[in-house]
Amino acid sequence: MSSVETRLATKPADYKSDVTPIWCPGCGDYHVLMSFTRAFAQLGLPPEQIVVVSGIGCSSRIPAYTNCYGFHGVHGRSLALAAGLKVTRPDLTVVVASGDGDGYSIGGNHFLHACRRNVDMTYVVMDNRVYGMTKGQPSPTTEPDFDTALSPGGTGLSPFHPLVIALASGANFVARAFSGEPNETAGILVEAIRHPGLSFVEILSPCVTFRPDEREWKSLVHSAPVTATGDPAKAARRIMTDDGFNIGILYRGARRPYQPRMGDQSIDLADLEKDFEL
Amino acid sequence: MAASPSISIAIVGSGGAGALTTGDSLLEAASAAGWHGLYTRTLGPQIRGGEAAGLLRLAVHPVECLPDQFDLLIGIDWLNAHRFGAEIKVGPQTLVISDPRGGEPPPMVTQTGARVVDVPMKDLAKAIPGGRPNMIALGIASRLLGFSTEQVFAAIENRLADKGPAAIEASLAGIKVGFGAAAGIDFDKRLAAPGPSSARRWLLSGNEATALGAIRGGIRFAAAYPITPATEILEWLAPSLPKVGGVLLQAEDELAAINMIIGSSFGGTPALTATSGPGLSLMIEALGLATSAEIPVVVVDVMRGGPSTGIPTKSEQADLNIAVYGLHGDAPHLVLAPQSVGDCMFTTQWATYLAESLQAPVIILSDQFMGQSRAAIERPADVAFIGARTIATDIAGAYKRYAMAANGVSPMAIPGLRGGQYTADGLTHSERGTPTSGAADHLTQLNKRRDKLEHFNFGDHWASVEGAGDIAVITWGSLTGAAREAVGRAAAEGHDARVVAPRLLLPARPQQMAAALEGVKRILVVEQTHGGQFHKYLRAHYDLPAPVHVFNRPGPLPITAGEIHRAITEWR
Repeated sequence: MSSVETRLATKPADYKSDVTPIWCPGCGDYHVLMSFTRAFAQLGLPPEQIVVVSGIGCSSRIPAYTNCYGFHGVHGRSLALAAGLKVTRPDLTVVVASGDGDGYSIGGNHFLHACRRNVDMTYVVMDNRVYGMTKGQPSPTTEPDFDTALSPGGTGLSPFHPLVIALASGANFVARAFSGEPNETAGILVEAIRHPGLSFVEILSPCVTFRPDEREWKSLVHSAPVTATGDPAKAARRIMTDDGFNIGILYRGARRPYQPRMGDQSIDLADLEKDFEL
Repeated sequence: MAASPSISIAIVGSGGAGALTTGDSLLEAASAAGWHGLYTRTLGPQIRGGEAAGLLRLAVHPVECLPDQFDLLIGIDWLNAHRFGAEIKVGPQTLVISDPRGGEPPPMVTQTGARVVDVPMKDLAKAIPGGRPNMIALGIASRLLGFSTEQVFAAIENRLADKGPAAIEASLAGIKVGFGAAAGIDFDKRLAAPGPSSARRWLLSGNEATALGAIRGGIRFAAAYPITPATEILEWLAPSLPKVGGVLLQAEDELAAINMIIGSSFGGTPALTATSGPGLSLMIEALGLATSAEIPVVVVDVMRGGPSTGIPTKSEQADLNIAVYGLHGDAPHLVLAPQSVGDCMFTTQWATYLAESLQAPVIILSDQFMGQSRAAIERPADVAFIGARTIATDIAGAYKRYAMAANGVSPMAIPGLRGGQYTADGLTHSERGTPTSGAADHLTQLNKRRDKLEHFNFGDHWASVEGAGDIAVITWGSLTGAAREAVGRAAAEGHDARVVAPRLLLPARPQQMAAALEGVKRILVVEQTHGGQFHKYLRAHYDLPAPVHVFNRPGPLPITAGEIHRAITEWR
């Protein structure tokens, strides 16, 4: 941490763009944006060295609100796009931003394989347990009895456990944060970005428009009573049995990140043709 | 006995019988001795078992299509050979070598008037320790074609180098026995001696040529999801990219593959993926993103029979529609099609250059026929097309990623450049890249993306325009070779015709096409589709200034030069 303190010349405001967010008043994502800029400032990273990659949804609007390079791509594929970027540009800091629909539903397969691949980047999912941008449909983390126009009476389906899925798939760092605590969240993001490999941070980020009940989250969240473990089985057991509002770093793994060598660039193209010469 | 400029041979057998090894070895022996050749493998969907056929045409001149009819057919066995009945053209001039213990010969042997000579290949092989009937077949073919045993030995020693001396010895013994067994067989064709050639020659497949062209054009990242018949492109790139400072990443699916290459290219590293129809379908959404965000990427579609899973191991040209029209919205992009094994290298290199120069996605439509055929060719000429992206270097004031430029191409900031920060977006955006739903920004950026393609000077590479005469054969892709040969034959008979084969399918080149069709009286459109996709594409983009006949047929049957020749000469 000491080296970071000496580089605090940058301010969170340096990482904010002048684009006005389209989020609803009271949306948790405003605080997530605040946590992003605070974390970047704490790390002292030049904004041009950071790329924020996202998919589609309210949360995925975040790249343009930062003063970093950004990519607002298609729905659900941000992790794949980010992997192609990071393995060819390992010098960049890559942060992927997503939501529970983008990341867990349409992007579910990429979530598994990004954790397994363990490229050195940070995956932030702003979970509000609803599709906000399309006005209130159930997502993979929505409760079974949540009544919507698309699922009258609720889906009847149990929400899945993204943090445990991440552990089982090989994520190297797993944390849960709450948007309403931007300083604590920024601290977790700093640790996540620093940690090698795929770091997964789920941020509980209320949708006050379609899930006004989530305003209660502020009183439900609490710091995890135990420190992070390096044992994925232990971490999984804790997460499966906690109340879902345990905030903090829950797992720190020691897997080597995936970074294929880009080669030595010394071979002449003509050498490749030798394969074919008669 | 007449020396023939071209001889064709088909070798069939059930899976595991080694028919394909026999064909490969003949091609290698002939190539090393200076002949040109084209060798295509046709097989069923089984990985082991099933049926396999090697179709080989050797000639003193470059070969770009299969023959109208095979001169020699060797059936190592006939167990599943009936499945090739429609693909292997046999006639009264064909000599068939058949093993009496190889099962019932199929109708293509018994009902075509072909001359059949029995050779007990299985029994002859049994007498050799470790002997295999396919090596007997190789010996027979070598003698009938006029090769020496030494020429074939060299090919086998090369091919079996890692199988150990015992395997090589057994193979050489088999070849000798086969060579002897062919002594009394009457076959009145011999390949004419190859002409002297100072050119360096290559033996490679279209898929390998595609991969090499990609690297030559500047591709340094590939994302890979395996699919028949495109996988060889990716498998050649996997060990080759690191040698030139690049890398290949295996993706979890085609959705990931296309997004990975967009990410790589956004970061400044030219990128490619290769797939076939089903994979292209999955990539289409993100190709629209690359169009909107102006990210250069190259996607190779090695076409196979469709729709859906279709015929994965066999060729068709029916992905033209999805490549040209598949993207939602108005999404100007490029579609290119190579025309031969060797041209796969040029076209892919050019495609990479165009993608980078125009900051737009390119779809390359190769096909199973040229992708998986191996050809002995003269080394394609070096071309100067190396990826040339307009990069922002010095940012003064507020950076506008999508600023209007005279040629429509605006300098692209690459992450790391201070002051160049912007968010690439699939949302309609302003010059700065900021999302907007305003009509003026929408129109401005639509115009920009259209105009940059329309105003580019593609030069003469847009098409192969060859020959003269008042009949034009308009075709594309791997059918170009057959059309070229057909037009050549017609011209030799005094029926002048021309071939017009666009290599650049999008953006269309109406002025150049008008010039190419100047003075034609009849137009013959030739394509390997069921629905006449190419004809409809031509109607949509070009004036066809003469009566049109369409010769279309779906895969997997190849369209031969003879059929095109007949269509030309009979329409007079």
